[in-house]
Amino acid sequence: MAKTYDAGVKQYRETYWMPDYTPKDTDILACFKITPQEGVPREEVAAAVAAESSTGTWTTVWTDLLTDLDHYKGRAYAIEDVPGDDTCFYAFVAYPIDLFEEGSVVNVMTSLVGNVFGFKALRALRLEDIRFPIAYVMTCNGPPQGIQMERDILNKYGRPFLGCTIKPKLGLSAKNYGRACYEGLRGGLDFTKDDENVNSQPFMRWRARFDFVMEAIHKAEAETGERKGHYLNVTAPTSDEMMKRAEYAKEIGAPIIMHDYITGGWSANTQLAQWCQDNGLLLHIHRAMHAVLDRNPHHGIHFRVLAKILRLSGGDHLHSGTVVGKLEGDREATLGWIDIMRDSYIKEDRSRGIFFDQDWGAMPGVIPVASGGIHVWHMPALVNIFGDDSCLQFGGGTLGHPWGNAAGAAANRVAVEACVEARNSGRELEKEGKDILTSAAKHSPELAIAMETWKEIKFEFDTVDKIDAAHK
Amino acid sequence: MLDYQSSLGNAESRKFETFSYLPTLSAEQTRVQIQYIIDKGWNPSIEHTEPEHATGSFWYMWKLPMFGETDVDAIIKELEACHVAHPNNHVRLLGLDNFAQCAGTSMVIYRGKTV
Repeated sequence: MAKTYDAGVKQYRETYWMPDYTPKDTDILACFKITPQEGVPREEVAAAVAAESSTGTWTTVWTDLLTDLDHYKGRAYAIEDVPGDDTCFYAFVAYPIDLFEEGSVVNVMTSLVGNVFGFKALRALRLEDIRFPIAYVMTCNGPPQGIQMERDILNKYGRPFLGCTIKPKLGLSAKNYGRACYEGLRGGLDFTKDDENVNSQPFMRWRARFDFVMEAIHKAEAETGERKGHYLNVTAPTSDEMMKRAEYAKEIGAPIIMHDYITGGWSANTQLAQWCQDNGLLLHIHRAMHAVLDRNPHHGIHFRVLAKILRLSGGDHLHSGTVVGKLEGDREATLGWIDIMRDSYIKEDRSRGIFFDQDWGAMPGVIPVASGGIHVWHMPALVNIFGDDSCLQFGGGTLGHPWGNAAGAAANRVAVEACVEARNSGRELEKEGKDILTSAAKHSPELAIAMETWKEIKFEFDTVDKIDAAHK
Repeated sequence: MLDYQSSLGNAESRKFETFSYLPTLSAEQTRVQIQYIIDKGWNPSIEHTEPEHATGSFWYMWKLPMFGETDVDAIIKELEACHVAHPNNHVRLLGLDNFAQCAGTSMVIYRGKTV
């Protein structure tokens, strides 16, 4: 029976609140944390979010009747209390898969976190999690190489990768910069890294940096007999320029390049990731601007969503926080999103902030990168928390060594190998860390001095964004 | 302050990945690492190479990977046999993870003379 046109404003819940709906295996599911304006019923707000993030607008329009809106609409299907916080609630919304262009995280996010976040009936809105159905995952290209391929390309097994971000972040000339890389690599690092804001400034244009850094890699490889890399940051003002830099990195034989996926944009990122897969390069991903989106517990996008977006868009490494260093990151929540990066199937687990089962099928995993204010004393905890499939990155913790980068690198390399050896022997790293490092330092004066230098440094501040848990 | 001793001209500078920044594993430490590979459910595999060709992906396999082998002594015996047959070569032990389709770990047990 055809419907008739009835102009005017309807309550959203009449159309978009469907508590009896059973989500389909192919639906994209989202969990929003909604802080409504006072006096607005939960069902109405949840339905409004479903509407504004899918087919709806504020009034009925005659063209609604030219399509099957009941098929295309988003459906708010459940509401839950937020443990420990009465100001907000969780709303679960199901979207039919054909609302979204295949292989486009850009399109999915434009819908899910578009206009709805400025909606007046809401005081605040946060996208907590998305379940991407395997049917959608299969349309995305994903990480260019994946964890196993990276190990085989670089010949590194059974331990975390070890890296270092070159400091000062800005201001070094290309040759001095290459020197800093060379010293770190010859001391035992697997990777050095361009900092996120190193692009192509007047003090160091990209091409000169690429050339000197490659010379550093070649010499360190010849000297140590090990394979090395440097994340050459190709983030650029335009995607044409980005691709130009990527092509040059390939031409000079760089094994890995780097992109800032939020400031650079997901469209550019997806393009670059596909190119890396076609051209055999690894892709390291930085996440500048993420904390603007993910730190406020009531508004924005949770990092676990940003991590899923990256895995779909493509990247082989992604910064994940350290738990122990200078940057924000709750331990259980971090464990949750590093599983989201690496595993092929992740079960719903509210204690780690995971709202949905997520099936990645055969899509390769992403290596979590722990970076930011970490030093050698953190090594036992880092190896324990992150395991082998991770990249531990010490910037100040390498370059700040009193004897320089090579010694700082060697100290970290000895420490990571000592921790792996101890872990494999069944020792408890976080309990016995001091003993393990102290006995390793007997064979490494570089490690002994590093331990002396950083023994007092701690970053013990409370986390701002915690897992929602009852507090009364 | 100590100078960092590493150069192209000094063969001592050459490393060979995991555990090569630690002193050579003792016999007992080696047993424990082999047990770790077994406990992980990985297949032990022995490979060796002339030190001058250590940087390639493919070393010589010593027989076939020891599929399903869970006896530490049996693995040590094969490592020794490989070392006796190729005393100047690096000999490494890998744990092949057939689910990841990748080595779970790899460590040089006998260090040849680096070049």
